[in-house]
Amino acid sequence: MKRHLGLLRLLPLTAVFMLLAGCGEERLSALDPYGPQAEWILDNMILSLYVMALVVIVVFALYFIAVVKFRKKPGDEELPEQVEGSKALELTWTIIPVFLLAILAVPTIWGTYYMAEEVPEAAGSSGGESENGEQSGEGGDSQNSGSSSEQQQGQDALVIDVTAHQFWWQFDYPEGFSAGNEVYIPTNEKVWFNLTSSDVIHSFWVPALGGKIDTIPGVENTMWLEANEPGVYKGKCAELCGPSHALMDFKVIAMEPGQYEAWEAEMASGSASSGNGGSGESGSEQETSDNSSGEGVSTVSDGRQAFEDQGCITCHAVEGQGTGQGPTLSNFGDREKIANILEPTDENLEEWIRHPGDIKQGNNMPGFPDMNDEDMNAIIQYLQSLSAKENMNQ
Amino acid sequence: MATATATNTNKSVLWDWLTTVDHKKLSVLYLIAGALFFLKAGAMAIFMRIQLMSPENTFLSGQTFNEFVTMHGTIMLFLAVTPLIFAFMNFVIPLQIGARDVAFPFVNALGFWIFFFGGLLVSVSWFFGGAPDAGWTAYVPLSGGEYGDLGLDFYVLGLQVSGLGTLVSAINFIVTIINMRAPGMTMMRLPLFCWTSLITSILIVFAFTPLAAGLALLMLDRIFGGQFFNPGSGGNPVLWQHIFWIFGHPEVYILVLPAFGIISEVIPAFSKKRLFGYTAMVFATLIIAFLSFMVWVHHMFTVGIGPITNSVFAIATMAIGVPTGIKIFNWLFTMWGGKLIFNTAMLCASSFVPTFVLGGVTGVMLAMVPVDYLYHDTYFVVAHFHYIVVGGIALGLLAGTFYWYPKMFGHMLNEKLGQLMFWMFYVGFHMTFFIQHILGLIGMPRRVFTYLDGQGMGTMNLVSSIGAFMMGAAMVVLLINVVYSAYTSKRITVRDPWDARTLEWATTTPVPEYNFAQTPQVRSLDPWFYEKVHGDGTMKPAEPMDEIHMPNGSILPFCIGLGLFVWGFGMIMMQMENPLIPEWIVIGAGVIVTFGSMMLHSIHEDHGYHIPLDKIKKTEKEVS
Repeated sequence: MKRHLGLLRLLPLTAVFMLLAGCGEERLSALDPYGPQAEWILDNMILSLYVMALVVIVVFALYFIAVVKFRKKPGDEELPEQVEGSKALELTWTIIPVFLLAILAVPTIWGTYYMAEEVPEAAGSSGGESENGEQSGEGGDSQNSGSSSEQQQGQDALVIDVTAHQFWWQFDYPEGFSAGNEVYIPTNEKVWFNLTSSDVIHSFWVPALGGKIDTIPGVENTMWLEANEPGVYKGKCAELCGPSHALMDFKVIAMEPGQYEAWEAEMASGSASSGNGGSGESGSEQETSDNSSGEGVSTVSDGRQAFEDQGCITCHAVEGQGTGQGPTLSNFGDREKIANILEPTDENLEEWIRHPGDIKQGNNMPGFPDMNDEDMNAIIQYLQSLSAKENMNQ
Repeated sequence: MATATATNTNKSVLWDWLTTVDHKKLSVLYLIAGALFFLKAGAMAIFMRIQLMSPENTFLSGQTFNEFVTMHGTIMLFLAVTPLIFAFMNFVIPLQIGARDVAFPFVNALGFWIFFFGGLLVSVSWFFGGAPDAGWTAYVPLSGGEYGDLGLDFYVLGLQVSGLGTLVSAINFIVTIINMRAPGMTMMRLPLFCWTSLITSILIVFAFTPLAAGLALLMLDRIFGGQFFNPGSGGNPVLWQHIFWIFGHPEVYILVLPAFGIISEVIPAFSKKRLFGYTAMVFATLIIAFLSFMVWVHHMFTVGIGPITNSVFAIATMAIGVPTGIKIFNWLFTMWGGKLIFNTAMLCASSFVPTFVLGGVTGVMLAMVPVDYLYHDTYFVVAHFHYIVVGGIALGLLAGTFYWYPKMFGHMLNEKLGQLMFWMFYVGFHMTFFIQHILGLIGMPRRVFTYLDGQGMGTMNLVSSIGAFMMGAAMVVLLINVVYSAYTSKRITVRDPWDARTLEWATTTPVPEYNFAQTPQVRSLDPWFYEKVHGDGTMKPAEPMDEIHMPNGSILPFCIGLGLFVWGFGMIMMQMENPLIPEWIVIGAGVIVTFGSMMLHSIHEDHGYHIPLDKIKKTEKEVS
């Protein structure tokens, strides 16, 4: 009976696994994977759990038998036999663990290379691809990797530059536009990230899609992720980076490839933003006619003006490439959250603009506590109107 | 505790403790200092668990939480567990090897006071604009000049000073164990606690030196505008991580090996059996120590060092599982076939075995690089290393406390309160940390001061917090036990209240200042047990009774430590705006006190004193 105690210990864990399998809208848990990398990780974690459960069961069984059976009986003063040791036993518990570890070492090394896969060369280069072929042939765990790398053979892989800042994320797309805090990717395709940091070390982690990698100033790291399904995947900073480290979230938004292309085109054309440089006026007119917001034409174009007058534009780009000073707001109206923690309501946005330091301690945005209500409303209406998704759907 | 000597009967108690070079008194000093730091860091843990009890809690701000998380880790590792193991090493090693003291009693006191003042320097940061806040690992650039506040200067200089004390003590222990063993105490008859202490001391020498170098580089960067870790000027922040973990990984073994040693003493004593596979245990310890320097990159798998390096270090890390497994099974087979007595010491020691296995298996899981990409820097890691440091080290220290307490203080700790403490601590521990494995897997990074609602983390964090409160309550019970036992427990007059096996139980209780009136002749492993079974129950003397040469106490170790504190504080003042007095005066004063004391020690001839024969005979008659 004591033998099963080790197993019983694992039961709650298994129950929690099952409980967490069905998650909500925003996907976070690594126990509920949505991509080949995360699936590989979970499969191999479970493999290691089985191997380790074996060790735990043996130790616990021996322990509990010893504790129950060899308790000193009252009045028994006889000395037990003073055993020196046993060579055979010592060899047994040296050799068996070596075999158990070997079982884990094989997928460890295989997986290390699988996840370190480099960005495939655009065309003609066979080196990278043949390596992929080998890898997917080797392990049964990751049939997905084979199919997805075949898909990529005909096309250029999407490579997104990631720069981490205290406490937000900048995503620069190859088409010359940026996104802040929310990164859009196509589904069923490996997307590569080149990661670095502008200040301290952060770590880029999307549990439901894969592993994590540090973003280090002066160093460029690479990793890939792939999502099987469209959806919103929560990402987090995993390396202590300052007072608001806990609030340095981001989101990966996966879309069907067709939809993604539309989004990408919309962002690249810059029409998501309501004004730009020389053609500011016409841009805002177009924007307001697109959006039938109740506030009317004037507020949004006033908002654009206020956005410039108040100096917001110094740090926050509203089209094209980001400044690196603050998150790009080109598609602010599409945001799931303001600064990744507040619901995207007008009230929360106002609170954020007035007192950003209270909400995210130590962040670099100066507060605007004394901004007049007129400008504030205009800016809020303007920001909420910036949407790539709405334009794209028309 | 040792009785007052003839030379200092006219001096105050305080002066006696400030100047003592007696290893037994220094052990008590280490114990008190370590316990105070432990309580402080434990209280911080309780505060952090209150903050994390519910989502989006506002009990602590992000900044305060970061300071707590940093100080909790820094204090626990450098200023709590290190002195606590040193307390046991100081008390037990000379007794177990049949020596009158450590090799260099003056240096022993020096080690303590330097450590103590270094710890004090880290601690006073609270009064000067806040504690360090970059985690106990102090990764640059967050800990560098641009992002780290004054607290980090206290971290750098305080740890530099206290690390010096630790190094000094370690060298002393190495020399003691190699040179001071009684006749017949060969290396392969050395009790396992002495073996693990020896290896720990060697690890300290090799691991604390890179730490000292790293801290010096960080100090140069912070205070003197160095650019070692600044990527903008050709420096590299990853360099710090390498230096830190070359120290940091062996540090884990520095702390856990003496705990292994304690377990290896307590389990045989209360199983009434000799340690199973003594030779295998010794060699397993050596292999663990050797491998501990080969695995530091497993703390840096996500840094992006490349698949080749990661693979090599993954295999090296897994290899450590083998010798550790050997130890686990040898402990199990020591208990197997024995006559187990479950008092508090044995409860702690034996429950260490399955608990440590749980920490060990997650360690192997963490070695799987690609899966570590998931675990790294999450609560899974937090759970893993707390299974090692609490389930391993803390249980070992508790076992050691209850086991050696009668020899150290002349009375037992109360058994009922002890067992109550054990069960509260043990249940609380598993409640706190087991569930944190799962928290990590569902997406909770470590060192977060809060987490958003609606991520399914609330309940599990609440359970974890309740467990932490239970552990806190258990520590209160321990404190009550110490006070209660001091007043109510019966004095112990026998040598060997546990019917144990090693040489420390052959000394009289309380242990006289010279430990052994005559150096004992060792005839076997577990010499005291051997004499009880095969001899007449007393140790055979290896020398005739004669005068005993003892070292004089000295205030100089205290002065050297104080001088280093003042120097360190002066260095930190260079970073302060408008200090009250110019910093160079403070730095100069510190340097003069430290080097002046050293000079004084060099030119002042002190040959110690001799305890006359009739006094020894009188003392021996009194206690027996």
